[in-house]
Amino acid sequence: MKVLVTVKEVTTIEDGFEIEGTKISEKYLSTDLNEWDDYAIEEAVQLQEEGIADEIVTVTIGPEECEETIRKALAKGANRAVRVWDDTLEDTDLLDVSITSEILRAVVEDEDPDLVLMGVQAADDNFGATGVFLAKDIGYNWAAVVNHLEHDFEDGVATVRRELESGVEEYTDIELPAVLTIQTGINEPRYASLRGIRQAQRKDLNCKDFVDLSINKDSIESRLSLTEMYEPESESDVVIWEGDAEKTAFQLSELLREKGVVG
Amino acid sequence: MTDILAIMDHRRGELRNVSYELITVGCQLANETDGKLHLAVINGAKEFAEKLNREGIDTIYTVDYGQEFNHDVYTQAIVQLYDTLAPKYILTPNSVNGLDYAPAVANQLELPIVTDTIDLATDGETLIVTREMYGGKIETTIELEGMAVVTIRGAKWPMEENPGDAAIKPFDVEIDEGALGTMVNGFKEISGGDVDISEADVLVSVGRGIEQEENIDLIHELADALDATVSASRPIVDNGWLPKSRQVGQSGKIVTPDIYIAIGISGAVQHVAGMKGSDTIIAINTDPNAPIMDIADYAIRGDLFEVIPKLIELSK
Repeated sequence: MKVLVTVKEVTTIEDGFEIEGTKISEKYLSTDLNEWDDYAIEEAVQLQEEGIADEIVTVTIGPEECEETIRKALAKGANRAVRVWDDTLEDTDLLDVSITSEILRAVVEDEDPDLVLMGVQAADDNFGATGVFLAKDIGYNWAAVVNHLEHDFEDGVATVRRELESGVEEYTDIELPAVLTIQTGINEPRYASLRGIRQAQRKDLNCKDFVDLSINKDSIESRLSLTEMYEPESESDVVIWEGDAEKTAFQLSELLREKGVVG
Repeated sequence: MTDILAIMDHRRGELRNVSYELITVGCQLANETDGKLHLAVINGAKEFAEKLNREGIDTIYTVDYGQEFNHDVYTQAIVQLYDTLAPKYILTPNSVNGLDYAPAVANQLELPIVTDTIDLATDGETLIVTREMYGGKIETTIELEGMAVVTIRGAKWPMEENPGDAAIKPFDVEIDEGALGTMVNGFKEISGGDVDISEADVLVSVGRGIEQEENIDLIHELADALDATVSASRPIVDNGWLPKSRQVGQSGKIVTPDIYIAIGISGAVQHVAGMKGSDTIIAINTDPNAPIMDIADYAIRGDLFEVIPKLIELSK
């Protein structure tokens, strides 16, 4: 079976960040592999180690700068990578899920995977809708928020557990081909080995633009516009203790004494 | 005029509270432009429609098809309701099940979708949405024109309580059974484990800031000194450092202790949902922007590895 894993490079923000207009000031931004996607990669690699997956292909939408993140996924065991970028995307923010989905759909049509694994959400925009949207777009079955996947796929069916709220899990069967959105905790993502990192440098990383994928540039227009970005106003009247640990620990222990926790 | 269709949330025979919040939000959006609010109860128990009959609703549609949740049934039913009612906005819960069908509905109807919204306003043309990014460190305003699918965050809005006199009507759907690609086979509840954290008076709760598994001992030591119970946020349980039964939050347990000490926990919304009912919340964190600071009553801004050993000493 062929597995396609979507890999997003997310931005992370540092403490004390500043906002300029509708963007976070560059100097407070760094990048990372999306945490949820890390679990999706691990699940795919385990499927390959068990001889169930024949090939793992990753797909990333992003400029050249994100190749370091893609190499991380390759170092963990994916076989090859596709990176999609087009000048059209320079000035588009990808808030409208239909744009992301249209691009990924073109890659799915090229690759024809049996199973698509995606993170439940991206750590930066926390949207959580791309996987299911894509599944419907490409006519695959799907399950959102999967925290256990049986590795047998008997009769072309994926047996999963979906993590519902309040400690309840749902057992669900899904006919392949399917998109599963992967929840953190489904496995323990590995660190790349030195050998893996060396091998990753030689693995195939194929870049495609909209012409390669026959995507119509005119269809790439976000219907959602981001008009404001700000730090949430704190409704809290929190009492903050800071400074020397000796002093702050004492203040807290006095409070706990008052509340009767400490005798 | 802005008509709204709100999809009710229920699971295993119980209505979920977010349904009443959806009524509040739907009613507000409909009122802003003299529109109507319609509810849809898909595969719900008979009494749900009566229970949900609150002020401000025009019609409650009930759809009967099958037993367990099935996202394809939901998607097909909502598309058919949309074709009949032509609402401007479809509101759904931002629950795990909501996120299992809402994007599919948006795709099929070729509508934009915006998820996990925490505030909404409309003038009948533009929808102005507030939502968070970066796990709550940033808020954004997003505008969109025309019709849309919108998922709302639960436990964020008031629940409509006043009774209403909406008409309750069954809505016949035609479900293409060949298109049902999934089947629910059962449920599993996370067992109580060795300790029931929801019964504890004092919880010492540990998060990602603890950095390494061996450091959890420090938290156990503090809990012993305070005669408290140890709980955790999601990453600690994901890493297998503490059992699932110790997890506080949306997918874990809801706790309401007298004292909740959040150590190295940033306070993502899913975590806060599980502990905001605590009487006194104390945070120990290095990051002054961590969302936990917004709900804490007291906070030490500092390094937990310096503060906790001192606190243990002082508590003995």
